[in-house]
Amino acid sequence: MTGLSRGAEALLPPPGRRTRRGTEATLLVGGVIIAVIVLLALVSLVWTPYDTGEINPSERLALSSDRHWLGTDKFGRDVFSLLMVGSQTTLLVGLVSVGVAALVGVPLGILSAMVPKWWGEVIIRANDLLLAFPALLLAIMLTAVHGQGVVTAMIAIGIATIPSFARVVRSGAIGVMKTEYVLAARAAGRRPLAIALRHVLPNVASLVIVQASVSFAIAVLAEAALSYLGLGAPPGTPSWGRMLQEGQELLFVAPRLEVFPGVAIALAVLGFNLLGDGLRDRFDPRLEDRR
Amino acid sequence: MTEQLNAVDPPAIRVHDVTREFRRGRTSLTRPVPVVHALRGVSLEVARGQRFGIVGESGCGKSTLLRIIAGLDRPTTGSVQVEGVEISHLPERRLGFLRAQLQLVFQDPMSSLDPRMRVRDIIAEPLVAQGHRDNRTRVHELLEAVGMQPDAAERYPHQFSGGQRQRISIARALAPDPRILVADEPVSALDVSVRAQVLNLLAELVERLSLTLVFVSHDLSVVRYVCDTVAVMSRGEIVETGPIARVYDTPEHPYTRQLIAAAPRLRAALAGRTAAVLAAETLAAQGGSRPTSTAAPAVPLPPSSPKDTR
Repeated sequence: MTGLSRGAEALLPPPGRRTRRGTEATLLVGGVIIAVIVLLALVSLVWTPYDTGEINPSERLALSSDRHWLGTDKFGRDVFSLLMVGSQTTLLVGLVSVGVAALVGVPLGILSAMVPKWWGEVIIRANDLLLAFPALLLAIMLTAVHGQGVVTAMIAIGIATIPSFARVVRSGAIGVMKTEYVLAARAAGRRPLAIALRHVLPNVASLVIVQASVSFAIAVLAEAALSYLGLGAPPGTPSWGRMLQEGQELLFVAPRLEVFPGVAIALAVLGFNLLGDGLRDRFDPRLEDRR
Repeated sequence: MTEQLNAVDPPAIRVHDVTREFRRGRTSLTRPVPVVHALRGVSLEVARGQRFGIVGESGCGKSTLLRIIAGLDRPTTGSVQVEGVEISHLPERRLGFLRAQLQLVFQDPMSSLDPRMRVRDIIAEPLVAQGHRDNRTRVHELLEAVGMQPDAAERYPHQFSGGQRQRISIARALAPDPRILVADEPVSALDVSVRAQVLNLLAELVERLSLTLVFVSHDLSVVRYVCDTVAVMSRGEIVETGPIARVYDTPEHPYTRQLIAAAPRLRAALAGRTAAVLAAETLAAQGGSRPTSTAAPAVPLPPSSPKDTR
């Protein structure tokens, strides 16, 4: 486990001059939780304790035991194996939806900060409009058009996450555009695109990383909600949200079937939130230093 | 434009009746939009090779004027010509010639260098922007010219002191081999002892490369040290222009007199501990490790106002 946490820390930026104990703890706990989930998802690609496609009526609704750590569901499938495989869906949906959101939101935010003020306002108002549009409604609409599926869920969550990226990046980019080094770059003859890529983007990167971490948490939750409602992962695709839905009818018979995926979702959300908070605090003093 | 025809040997910079207004945000629905008049009909002419100082208190429009001359801002009305070409109405993408001819040194050495870029990329930026490839040797040449070690190229701005950063800033400005150097309070944010070194470096480079210098400062003594001609600005207008000695010895405008009268009081307040003293001490302590500083002319150095001594 120590090796794992060290691995997670290696992904983080090098420690700054001023470090606070609280920040370190937040980062470490968040990093460890995420690292464990990522590891479980990776292991599940090659090995799970039991085959999750295998239905075993003789062992249905088994309690926790040495054979089945977290028991089995109503089809006799191993719950721990289902959780492991389900984490793949969670991470994939999170990764793709945050990727889509960042890929569209970051350029949009930078653009809105660099074009003349009036156009920037137009862009950001359109962005606010999207922010006001309920993500669930968007998902239902997309499902109606493209059918139920993980891809539909990813895109719906991604589109719904665009505005938060655009907003955060815009505010950072406006600050960068006011600095003398951007003025110097213009005086050097740099074109706007080069200024965006070489000056603005690297200097708002820390904001993007923090936003990505927080958005990941929201995406995990959204995926679970969509799958629970039958708008995400189709039957047969293991997903934490689906597990909640399938266990629902047995809530009073086998409440553990709700508890385990629920805890998994809560832990993942907590992990990404802690990571995001820790990163934000870690980046903050540097931002102060630069002013 | 016709300006190019009559200009056989045009001045480096000609500013004619330039005004610049900034609209502030509405404070009331019924009252008109508040307008700030940053420049109210400024005209000036800088000859080639001239070292032109612009003095005035903060908020008098010096920096706005500089930005307009550098093509980073546009005048509301009036005309600006650099090397005989009217720039006030050109879009930014057509200012390529200006970017090669005129470069800037900024005030704040903390914010004028991108914290995420290596020094070599910072210095090479004007070269890359103007389509030059393989700038390695040029960057080292420039670092040497401003008295820095070649290994500085691989480091980041936060690893340097204020004075060193300003040297990097000067190196960047000199990279495209400009004819005109525009400096916006280049030493105001620096320590007194470092200030003298940077001023000497600037003066020496301007001399050696026979540049036209436009130097803006709120500090009279600094301008007097570097420039041969001075324009005094007050409230968006130039109130007096002339050779520096004339303006200092026989100031005509009441504002200039006021400005000059304020300086000796500050000098007295410093109780004789002038920048020259400090600079001499620093040079002695360094034992000539900085070639540009030691090679600088032994001219009496300007005193500085206590407000900048941090």
